[in-house]
Amino acid sequence: MSAVEEEDRETASFPGQRPPRASVGSHRIEEEIFGKAYDPRTVRRIWAFVQPYRLKIYLSVAAVLVFTITQLAIPLIIGRAIDIGMTEGGTATNLLWAVVSFAVVVVVNFAASWVQESEVGQVAENVLFDMRRAMFAQLQRVSLSFMDKTEVGRLMSRLQGDVNSMQEFLETSVISVGDMVLLFGIVVVLLTLDFRLGLLTLSTMPILFIVRIFWLPPAKRAFWAAHETNSITAGAMAEGINGVRTVQNLDRQKVNFELYDDKAFNNLQTQLTGSRFAQVMVPIVDSLTGIAMAIVVVVGGSLVLNGSLEIGVIVAFIFYIQRFFDPIRSLTMQYSIMQRAMTSGRRITEVLDVPSSINDKPDAVTLTRDMDGSVEFRDVVFGYSPGRPVLKNVSFTVKPGETVALVGPTGSGKTSAMSLVHRFYEVDSGAVLVGGHDVRDVTQQSLGEQVAMVLQEPFLFTGSIFDNIRYNKASATREQVINAAVAVGAHDFIMRIPGGYDSILEQRGSNLSLGQRQLLSFARALVADAKILVLDEATANIDSYTERQIQKALLTLLEGRTGMVIAHRLATIRGADRIIVLQNGEMIETGNHDELMEKNGLYAKLYNMNYSSFDDIPDDLVAQANPRTAST
Amino acid sequence: MTTDKAGRVHSRGDAQAHVAAAHAGKTHSPLKRITLYSLRHPWQAGLAIGATVVASVLQLLIPRLLGHAVDQAQGILSTGSEGAQQALFWSAMTLLGVSVARGFFTLVQNYYSESVGHHVGYELRLAFYDKVQRLSYSYHDKVHTGDLITIGLLDLDGLRMFFSTGFVRTILLSVLIGVGAFMLLTTDVLLGCLALSFVPFVAWRSSVAQLKLRGTWLVLQKKLSALTRVMEENLGGIRVVRAFSGQDFELAKFDAASKEALDLSHDRVHIRVRNTSMMTFSFFTAMGLVLWFGGNKVIAGEMSVGTLASFLTFMTILQMPVRQLGLMVNSFARAATCGERFYAFLDQPLAIADAPGVAELKVTDGTLRLEDVHFTYPGANHPTLDGVTFEARAGQTIGIVGAPGSGKSTLAHLIPRFYDVSSGRITIDGQDVSAVSLQSLRRSVAVVQQDSFLFTTTIENNIAYGDPWSKETKIEKAAESAQLHNYIMGLPAGYDTVVGERGVSLSGGQRQRLSIARSLVLKPAVMVFDDSTAAIDAGTEHRIRSAMRRYASDRVTLIISHRLSSLMHADVILFLDGGKIVERGTHEQLLANGGRYRALYDLQTRPSDDIEIGSAAQ
Repeated sequence: MSAVEEEDRETASFPGQRPPRASVGSHRIEEEIFGKAYDPRTVRRIWAFVQPYRLKIYLSVAAVLVFTITQLAIPLIIGRAIDIGMTEGGTATNLLWAVVSFAVVVVVNFAASWVQESEVGQVAENVLFDMRRAMFAQLQRVSLSFMDKTEVGRLMSRLQGDVNSMQEFLETSVISVGDMVLLFGIVVVLLTLDFRLGLLTLSTMPILFIVRIFWLPPAKRAFWAAHETNSITAGAMAEGINGVRTVQNLDRQKVNFELYDDKAFNNLQTQLTGSRFAQVMVPIVDSLTGIAMAIVVVVGGSLVLNGSLEIGVIVAFIFYIQRFFDPIRSLTMQYSIMQRAMTSGRRITEVLDVPSSINDKPDAVTLTRDMDGSVEFRDVVFGYSPGRPVLKNVSFTVKPGETVALVGPTGSGKTSAMSLVHRFYEVDSGAVLVGGHDVRDVTQQSLGEQVAMVLQEPFLFTGSIFDNIRYNKASATREQVINAAVAVGAHDFIMRIPGGYDSILEQRGSNLSLGQRQLLSFARALVADAKILVLDEATANIDSYTERQIQKALLTLLEGRTGMVIAHRLATIRGADRIIVLQNGEMIETGNHDELMEKNGLYAKLYNMNYSSFDDIPDDLVAQANPRTAST
Repeated sequence: MTTDKAGRVHSRGDAQAHVAAAHAGKTHSPLKRITLYSLRHPWQAGLAIGATVVASVLQLLIPRLLGHAVDQAQGILSTGSEGAQQALFWSAMTLLGVSVARGFFTLVQNYYSESVGHHVGYELRLAFYDKVQRLSYSYHDKVHTGDLITIGLLDLDGLRMFFSTGFVRTILLSVLIGVGAFMLLTTDVLLGCLALSFVPFVAWRSSVAQLKLRGTWLVLQKKLSALTRVMEENLGGIRVVRAFSGQDFELAKFDAASKEALDLSHDRVHIRVRNTSMMTFSFFTAMGLVLWFGGNKVIAGEMSVGTLASFLTFMTILQMPVRQLGLMVNSFARAATCGERFYAFLDQPLAIADAPGVAELKVTDGTLRLEDVHFTYPGANHPTLDGVTFEARAGQTIGIVGAPGSGKSTLAHLIPRFYDVSSGRITIDGQDVSAVSLQSLRRSVAVVQQDSFLFTTTIENNIAYGDPWSKETKIEKAAESAQLHNYIMGLPAGYDTVVGERGVSLSGGQRQRLSIARSLVLKPAVMVFDDSTAAIDAGTEHRIRSAMRRYASDRVTLIISHRLSSLMHADVILFLDGGKIVERGTHEQLLANGGRYRALYDLQTRPSDDIEIGSAAQ
């Protein structure tokens, strides 16, 4: 091998070294959540979602209180049973009374726990779904400029992750009310039973509090790190699966395995650290329990000796000690859950507060089918950001039934013009009229019904071919759908797929070719049967056989409709009734093919370059052909 | 990314050894296999098991000691002796000691059983990842990526956690319940029976509940992912939704999917609530019975208060573990089903792998030869390639054209051995591609694919994907040849711009140019363009071609395309139809022949003759 300089693949200079330009997996760093645990504004917004279920919430809080009280009562009853029934002077009748009251408490406990758990669980689920729906519904209304700027993945994490942490918060917050009552109850009961012994026993409680205060921040960091590395490892794995063909193609297996090993091993270590932090609390709690029990035995024993304490109280104390530390443990955890919930709540309200800039006027009229089907641009100025207009004073009229081709180099404003017909965006000044009505004066729903749109990239939904062609036109019959498919020439390939019209498209139709997807999106527009068709021709090269089919289908689609086509193919352009040439947001030429050729302007120059599509012409040649840019 | 220190690689053990061990034991049941695999960490597993036994015995001692202390305290009342108080003090100290020890052993038990699980998880992940990378295209063709991800995440988790949630918990529960029952029953048969009466009921309910919950969980996951899909597709296709005014329609779709998931979530709450409430109730009922019968025994003088107290504390101690019986049963069920799927995946035979002691490919002249190559996809009735023969020498460009389904892309995939030929052979410099190592083969053959995967990393790393050691100059040169350099330099972060799923999105043409650059970095002996310029405009493609011509002198170039302008300059053009070469020659020869190629040429250069659009045509 010779010719131009040859470098061999380099390799590691020492074992274990990793290549400088390699990584596996990607990871969006989630913000660490150590924010405020209580934010009144967010809480108010969340409360709005809980409000409809407030009766159920009150009920479950009541149930939690009853449940906690029964839990507190059980050791007391056992202690009483011993003292009045079993020690000297005790009688079987007293014991019977104690056992009966025990039974009553147990039944109440059962009922309360049933009510509490089922109500809380269901309310939390309902609120979760309500929130998600509110966000989703809002996203249907927000302006497209917001959607253009926002990554789908980011929105999805709000629709899912944030909503889930709100659910966790709702479920645990009612329970933590119970925990607080339980903690308070235990303190009161112990001090009432015997003040000195109670005080001594309770002295272990602040120790645990202090320990947990010191333990919590590093433990939280460790748990967070474990969570992070886990999702990093999972992400790297998913990438390895999705990109496996390219990996094998470029022979990256060995390097990737090593890099993945690094991530997995790092994950192993953070998981072990997390485990250590979680488990270290076990002996601490156990030791404190042991200390409390020892105190009860020693001090309680000597109090019994003085005759100032009954034996049943000791038994009751022992029972309480077993439950002593649970509420502290869950209450400190609740704090982190609240922090997370506040952050999530804020993010959810952010989505809910995105303004929907395009709204129907209160007196908006319905655009009906008997409108004439004309489209008019009247001195339209439009831009995505202020001061940078994409369309500058564009005026033209498309007559009913006419087909107009929009032509121009990239960035000339063709796509923007098309979006305005459908009122995806609001014009800065001027007006767009459809059927003689300003698009701002009609309902968006009716505008959508009368203006069908075919986008450059055909977008299909997971679901059957039938459902994809019919889309939201519920009134369309199976016959109409098949007719549309036949008309655009999609019927044959649909019938060749096992299952025909009912076969399910996987992953947005990735099992179909681009040309086939294009034809399906044509059929969809045909079924929609709108008076006006706005179409962005695909630029990607489709094999010549399908290409022919698409050209024919286009003809069918435009029959009897007003058509605005962003045309890339010369065949389409030449066939149009009229051609509008756009450049830098201005309309510079208009007329049919022959007229424009006669004019010998930009269009004629580009056409004479003999490229099969305007988009194939390199930018520098466009610049040469264009007298304006050439002169500047 | 910085490199690791050499030393660290060894501290984690030999990755390949972990992978090999995961493949061992194919004849065992999944449960036995995962248990044996977990026991590959004998020290940690041994510590976990030993600590479990000790901790549970210590835990059982606590009620005993408490009961004893209660009796001692009561004894003080009757005797009031100094000695009794002394004894009470020692009881308290023993109690404290046992509690601290129990805490310590529980720590050891929990930590080491989790640690075994984490190690097993780490090792199984490596084995899984390794396998994914080794399985050939034919496997990945038929298996959904989503299913693979499920195996690698959820099924692997089910297996990983079996040691702590299934195996160790079984030991814990056996000791607690077994020894506990023995202690209770030997003390008092009737009271022992009553105290334990809740155990079978709770064990049964919690097992049923857990299995039901698991069943509904699997369904719920499906419903939730359907809901996710509705949302994702809605947001991704928001323009279509708006174009067809489909907002209400989409909300209805969302509501339907959402309601299904919500109903199921409510069912799950019901299952959980019914069972927890009933379990608690049965536990307290048993406690009430112990209190009544035990109390009567105390009154009758047959039993001490301390013994009764120890029975009651026993019950509180047993309550939690018994409830966990359901989790244990669930862990077994989960590990069995997850294990079946996971190991079925791991045990897949590799369709394409190096034979032992395979030779390296040695490229000398760089001659590629296909001899009577036949290929039929698994399960297909008709051959996709039906006797293809041609030869290409270094410096030559071969164009391959044909209708969709004529076998063009398949041909491209056979050369780097993504699939094996059904019959015939493919050689490079006389060496059969199936007789050389895959690594050496794939380093010599680069296929630029139609839809190449972009990794979420910088542009630089993406271009250097095949050779991550390559220098900046080499990367830039490749990008220049692929006509991508200027675009990259126009980006604010230049070559450091992150692209891919979570980065800047590139257009179809830019992606294709990036994947061309990616292959150019490799300087392969054979370069195959598999319809990889479809989204690149003709002018740019022309410039790429002229830039590459400088390197092409020692390389075989195969161009597969349906756009004739992409390949009409080739030295030889092959026209494929039904897996056979039906025409062969230069552009001029084929045009002169007036055959299929000519017809296609006419179609592409005069596409509009018989088609007019718009009302003018009517």
